[in-house]
Amino acid sequence: MKIIVDMDVCKDHGQCVFSAPEVFQISDSGRLVYESEADESLRDAVEEAADVCPLQAITVEG
Amino acid sequence: MSQRIVIAGASMGGLRAAERLRAGGFTGEIVAIGDETHLPYNRPPLSKEALASEVVHEAVAFRLRPAVADVTWRLGVPIAAADLAARVVRLADGTELACDGLVVATGMRPRRLPTPGPAAGRHVVRTLEDAAALRAELRPGPRVLVIGAGFIGCEVAATARLLGCPVTVVAPEAVPMLRPLGADLGAALRRRHEAEGVRFLLGRTVGRFLGEDHRTGVPADGDAPAATEAGRVSGAELSDGTVVEADVVVEAVGSTSNTEWLDGNGLDLSDGVLCDNALRVEGRSCLVAVGDVARFPNPRYDGVARRVEHWSIPTDTAKRAAVSLLADLGHAAHDPAPFAPLPTFWSDQYGLRIQSFGAPALGADDIRVLEGDLDGEVVVGYHDGGALVGVVMIGLPAAVSRYRAELMRAPVTV
Ligand SMILES: Cc1cc2nc3c(=O)[nH]c(=O)nc-3n(C[C@H](O)[C@H](O)[C@H](O)COP(=O)(O)OP(=O)(O)OC[C@H]3O[C@@H](n4cnc5c(N)ncnc54)[C@H](O)[C@@H]3O)c2cc1C
Ligand code: SF4
Repeated sequence: MKIIVDMDVCKDHGQCVFSAPEVFQISDSGRLVYESEADESLRDAVEEAADVCPLQAITVEG
Repeated sequence: MSQRIVIAGASMGGLRAAERLRAGGFTGEIVAIGDETHLPYNRPPLSKEALASEVVHEAVAFRLRPAVADVTWRLGVPIAAADLAARVVRLADGTELACDGLVVATGMRPRRLPTPGPAAGRHVVRTLEDAAALRAELRPGPRVLVIGAGFIGCEVAATARLLGCPVTVVAPEAVPMLRPLGADLGAALRRRHEAEGVRFLLGRTVGRFLGEDHRTGVPADGDAPAATEAGRVSGAELSDGTVVEADVVVEAVGSTSNTEWLDGNGLDLSDGVLCDNALRVEGRSCLVAVGDVARFPNPRYDGVARRVEHWSIPTDTAKRAAVSLLADLGHAAHDPAPFAPLPTFWSDQYGLRIQSFGAPALGADDIRVLEGDLDGEVVVGYHDGGALVGVVMIGLPAAVSRYRAELMRAPVTV
């Protein structure tokens, strides 16, 4: 599964982090860092992260 | 025989309910009925990014997961009434639809001021059409009067400033966003708005709108209507006599629950739909509510039933309500765990990211700056009996998870 975050839209709210901490993290400087590939076992968590992103900046492909 | 679940209201709460019912293994029919003509879309951008650029459905539509591809969407037709004992809803076009389970997700509509005066040029912001109509008038730089200094009023004020409009905000409170933020943080945000050029006239209400009232053809302000387009608002006279001239008025004065269609079923509809902790409407079987309209007790706090108009709530309540409904319909086990969501809210004004976690309003008597300073990046804590019950942050994204974890740590007692 591929994950794309539109970083022009993302405002580093960090909501995605609470749903899928394995994939999304907020760095010490306060910016979102994320894995662009995730294992199928994390699908529910990643879909939930996409749902709860206030800016709807996360796209899940495949 | 296959079962049918009707979802009343086709917005965020309705969509999330459909997703959770499918995720919970429900294979029967799901019919979502909405009076808006659009598939579910996201409302927060309507006072922020979308209002600043372009208001179109594609830009704010929620993605539809494959799992909800077979949901039937009946759009553009309101539910007129429901007979809960007979498990039937009646649509405004006369169609009657029987169902085994019903999800109430009809949300809110903006409250309108009863103030007399012309109607044209007066706006509210709830739907895509509302925002598009307002957007169309926010150029080229008309004078904007925002009535109400809550989040939506302040966001519209910020967006209108961004578009170069002179903006005045009128509200009865002494401080903007007073209830959700408290006096000090509200005052700090007022300073930021003022630095951006917003004028606040607080501690006042609108006495009457000025301009010719097209219904009577009589100028409401007693002056010759020559300068005003017929029937268009030209400003307002406030309770203290101040006259504010304006080309566009935005009423952001709170909202009313859409529950009239449930009248006649013996429900307490005094403030949304009263639910138990599992989101069953007054404990009734096969009847749940989600989103803004659901009034439910949260054992994370005092257990008093409240409606919570936060974007996180449709998702949280849908998750729990789907489990309750599927249990009532015989598809799942009852879940005895208490439902204790952490309310989460955000607002964007001039690039400031304001985030709220927990229930700041319950800690309004003991507010402390925990980190940073009020005129920069800041973390404000709201306490009840010495315990942290809410946090509001401006900026400082790296600290979010620390404070959120602290709020989640408090034991939930039932
Ligand atoms: C302009 C704006 C900005 C916001 N910004 C933020 C923000 O920054 N942060 C935040 O946390 N929250 C924000 N919110 C709040 C958030 O959008 C709401 O909490 C959320 O939309 C609630 O979803 P809901 O599905 O419960 O209700 P709604 O979105 O109100 O959906 C209810 C749906 O039911 C329909 N309906 C009503 N009656 C009937 C009927 N009889 N028959 C059929 N359909 C019916 C309605 O037309 C509507 O489509 C904002 C809201 C608005 C309006
Ligand atoms: S929730 Fe959305 S906006 Fe916030 S950090 Fe994650 S992707 Fe960015």
